[in-house]
Amino acid sequence: MQQIDLARTAFLFLPLFLLGLLVLPGRAALRIVLALAIAALVAFALPLMLDRGTLTYLVSFSTMAGIYAILSLGLNSQWGLAGHVNFGVAGFFAVGAFTSALFTTTMPEGALAAYSQQAFGLQWPFLVGVVMAGILAAIVGFLISIPVLRLRTDFLAIATLGIAEVIRFIFQNERWLANGPQPMRGIPRPFDCLFKDPACSWLPSGAAEFLSPLSPRDYVFFYLIVVSLILAVVFIALERISRSPWGRMLRAVRDEENSAAMNGKNVTRRRIESFVVGSFIMGVGGAVYAHYVVSIDYSHFNPLFATFIVWVMLMLGGSGNNKGAIIGAFAVWGVWSGAAFMIDAASPALQLISDDLPSRGAYLRWMLVALLLGLIVLYRPQGILKERKKVSDFMPGDTGKD
Amino acid sequence: MSETTAATPPVLEVRDLVKDFGGLRAIDGCSLSVQEGTITGLIGPNGAGKTTLFNLITGYFQPDSGRVFTDGEDITSLPPHGVFQRGICRTFQIPREHGTMTVLENLMLVAPDQAGEQFWNCWLRPGAVRAQEREIRDQAMEVLDFVNLTHLADEYAGRLSGGQKKLLELARTMMARPRLVLLDEPAAGVNKTLMKKLAENIEYLRRERGITFLLIEHDMELVMELCDPVIVMSEGRRLMEGRPEEVRNDPTVLEAYLGGQYGTA
Repeated sequence: MQQIDLARTAFLFLPLFLLGLLVLPGRAALRIVLALAIAALVAFALPLMLDRGTLTYLVSFSTMAGIYAILSLGLNSQWGLAGHVNFGVAGFFAVGAFTSALFTTTMPEGALAAYSQQAFGLQWPFLVGVVMAGILAAIVGFLISIPVLRLRTDFLAIATLGIAEVIRFIFQNERWLANGPQPMRGIPRPFDCLFKDPACSWLPSGAAEFLSPLSPRDYVFFYLIVVSLILAVVFIALERISRSPWGRMLRAVRDEENSAAMNGKNVTRRRIESFVVGSFIMGVGGAVYAHYVVSIDYSHFNPLFATFIVWVMLMLGGSGNNKGAIIGAFAVWGVWSGAAFMIDAASPALQLISDDLPSRGAYLRWMLVALLLGLIVLYRPQGILKERKKVSDFMPGDTGKD
Repeated sequence: MSETTAATPPVLEVRDLVKDFGGLRAIDGCSLSVQEGTITGLIGPNGAGKTTLFNLITGYFQPDSGRVFTDGEDITSLPPHGVFQRGICRTFQIPREHGTMTVLENLMLVAPDQAGEQFWNCWLRPGAVRAQEREIRDQAMEVLDFVNLTHLADEYAGRLSGGQKKLLELARTMMARPRLVLLDEPAAGVNKTLMKKLAENIEYLRRERGITFLLIEHDMELVMELCDPVIVMSEGRRLMEGRPEEVRNDPTVLEAYLGGQYGTA
């Protein structure tokens, strides 16, 4: 095993450990031990079994799926827990991405300022950017929710879809804000000096030596850790509040609003809360995305890529189930990414049908996702993991079986 | 409360309530009051406005004019959860249980002032939330025991039979520790045995817990047995009020029900 593979193993360990904790069954103590062992084993095995390019692909795949999982969790807080049909995921995603970009980038100066404009650039640290992204998305969510949450179901869907488009057009047209139609570049990647030569000055020389064979292209191995950790924090925080009296109230409001109101629940306030919590999470997802792709523009936030695919993820995974939301994100992103290879492989056959069909192959992927959605709705409307029967985990478990 | 000498204001007073739905006047200047510690019956033909009156009292609808008081306090413009906090809760004619939750959690939901209802408490004060959940769970199990639904505690409320759902509706009101409970046809679609049980429960709650009831009911047997006084509503207003036997023998009541040609129905 070469040093480069060993270094990659070191980076793979934590995400695999967290994945193990998520999917393995059993009691907490047993799960930790098991996850540690399996993560160590797989982290060593992967660099040996796969060639380096494939492994890098797998890691960047997981990073993107992880970002989608954050969005999917955000949507779960709105749709899964409280029944808001929010077709405006893209809007909150965009607000989060641009906010974090503005807070962490450097304001362009001199000749550069003529080409690139932005409202401000504060050079604050990555994590501050992520938190600010969440806060701003939450504020936007709150302001929107006051008029919009008077609406229900399909009317809410239309309103949120419209609002997300408005947000996208603002970023497209307001040059002073975030460089308008031009991409906003140079969004810093946290700790990217790890992979540079010379490495970060604060790094102990042994560690710098250990990482030296890795090139900046391997940065995604580190970023997967960042994404996994943020995803884990979001998951735990959301799981905590959704499996609580708060979550119970949301489920009550979702299923039988009038009855919840008559039983003393402030329905409007709870609906707004769940919407704002979801917006916060989506904003965080946007920030994590922005620092991953480094350069963002309005076109990243179209409804297909940033709203509807998230819906398919949540519905496949299981609306109302946070674990399901994450699994759904990975599954649908897998179908989406796998379909690209499939269509490549099938292109000779497609050529036979029509000359220009292979070049339009990308659209077939959407067809596949749409087909998947149809199949979910028909055959497994509750998703892979259905909503759990017992809501509150704070309740002592001696009467509940599930 | 025109006379200031009245010892205690009624637990519920409705004064000159009016509610229009488009061209239809559902409630037409209705006034009535419910005295503490009674089981007051509210009867009247279909479309008399009984359920609408409940919706107005509980803040589900806002009246076009008129006021609603509890213990002399004006609660007309309160939202439903505000009315609930004043100790008034209700059941629905068609049970509105939370079908995707267990029977136990349907009850636990109703308990007022839960710390865990503020989501930040679930992060910051998990111990307090847990302790309170235990208390509420125990209270809910007691209530379930009272209505004989203990064996269904972990069943989805949506899977209960019609009669069991009616019991659940009553049980939910008990979780709220209310002063006044509005029951909308508690016995509709309930078999005789269960109805007897229901009547016993209501009477027990009045006697032991001092809960006041106002109930809409079409089953005259139940009304005669349980209610005193009985208020008759017709065409959106109070027609008369009296002891059950007075109401039963009043010609105007029969006329309201049968449209002036009684005997032909």
